[in-house]
Amino acid sequence: MKEILIIAIGAAMVNNVVLSQFLGLCPFLGVSKKMDTAAGMGGAVVFVLTLSSLCTSLIYRYLLIPIGMEYLQTIVFILVIAALVQLVEMFLKKMIPALYRALGVYLPLITTNCAVLGVAIINVQKEYTVLQGVVNGFATAVGFTIAIVLMAGLREKMEHNDIPKAFQGMPIVLLTAMLMSIAFTGFSGLV
Amino acid sequence: MEHKILQKNSPLERLYNGIIKENPTFVMMIGMCPTLAVTTSVINGIGMGLTTAVILTASNVMIAALRKCIPDGVRMPAYIGIVASFVTIVQFLLKAYLPDLNSSLGIYIPLIVVNCIILGRAEAFAGKNKVIPSLFDGIGMGLGFTLGLTCIAAFRELFGAGTLLGFQIMPAAYEPVNILIMAPGAFFVLAMLVALQNRIRSKSGKNTAGKESGCDKTGCAGCGNSACGGKM
Repeated sequence: MKEILIIAIGAAMVNNVVLSQFLGLCPFLGVSKKMDTAAGMGGAVVFVLTLSSLCTSLIYRYLLIPIGMEYLQTIVFILVIAALVQLVEMFLKKMIPALYRALGVYLPLITTNCAVLGVAIINVQKEYTVLQGVVNGFATAVGFTIAIVLMAGLREKMEHNDIPKAFQGMPIVLLTAMLMSIAFTGFSGLV
Repeated sequence: MEHKILQKNSPLERLYNGIIKENPTFVMMIGMCPTLAVTTSVINGIGMGLTTAVILTASNVMIAALRKCIPDGVRMPAYIGIVASFVTIVQFLLKAYLPDLNSSLGIYIPLIVVNCIILGRAEAFAGKNKVIPSLFDGIGMGLGFTLGLTCIAAFRELFGAGTLLGFQIMPAAYEPVNILIMAPGAFFVLAMLVALQNRIRSKSGKNTAGKESGCDKTGCAGCGNSACGGKM
């Protein structure tokens, strides 16, 4: 239990996926303009990342290792993730339309979110069990959500500020990310 | 315009396009994850850049050669499969011949699969053009990416550690700004770079300004290719 808690806090806070590992930067910079879209993206990532770490852990442990094909992990993982996202999209559309409407736009974007493949590979590299892998995936996604929602809040406030012309748009967002990243280094030593 | 001098899709025009005109790092702002993550030292920057260049060139050639066999409906999975195969091959080669580089780039090597430069070029160029232009397109874009990574890495290593390629450059009295080689420094250097670029653009007239802002709106600064690959 203690070990799982350590993995969770480590993935969500200390090694925050966006601010210290630079995975999933794309949606972090792209869809962090408004709080509700950021929260929607965060929700979709939590959902997909948890599910995909479960699937990739299971496939790696019970399919790739027994037949001795660990080296195919990159190919298998990316195809599994792409198929999974499609499947989730179809399932939600049919079964839970309300959730589909909330997450719909963000789901296809997630296939190319490098955090998803990143977590699958980290799970393999750190030799996590299936349970640990799922916890790692979920906590990483929570860390992503924290970062993107915080960023969206800051950006909503920043809209009314007087920013130097050259810094408008991306540069000020990156500087904000820098300050957040410095703040998050404060968590190191927690685990 | 340059188009008059350089014929469209000639090898030279493709190289120029990749390295200068549509430089992935400085102009297109795509492939940002590795750009920020591995540029802590020049060696890593060059290593990552060249690895990506090799994979990009190989996958461009393969996709251009197969462009008539791949049905339109499943082209994305097919491209991803091709790219992932090359990434696996290159990862083996690195493990065998450059184990140090492999361990310092770590997880970012398999993540080349989801680098939007590669799928972006597949979608925007290699899927529609012949093998030879695609080959040079891959080389040009790859070298442009390497150039971008090397510039950022050189800045960060020089001021963050006082060295270049591992050799001491700064005088001993220079106190290295350690934060530049840590995670926040990556955001800082990129922010300054984009700000500088905005400044140069706004001085040189407004005709080029539309390019980047158009990309920003779709949330593409280093985006998912599904959002912006088709538009590039």
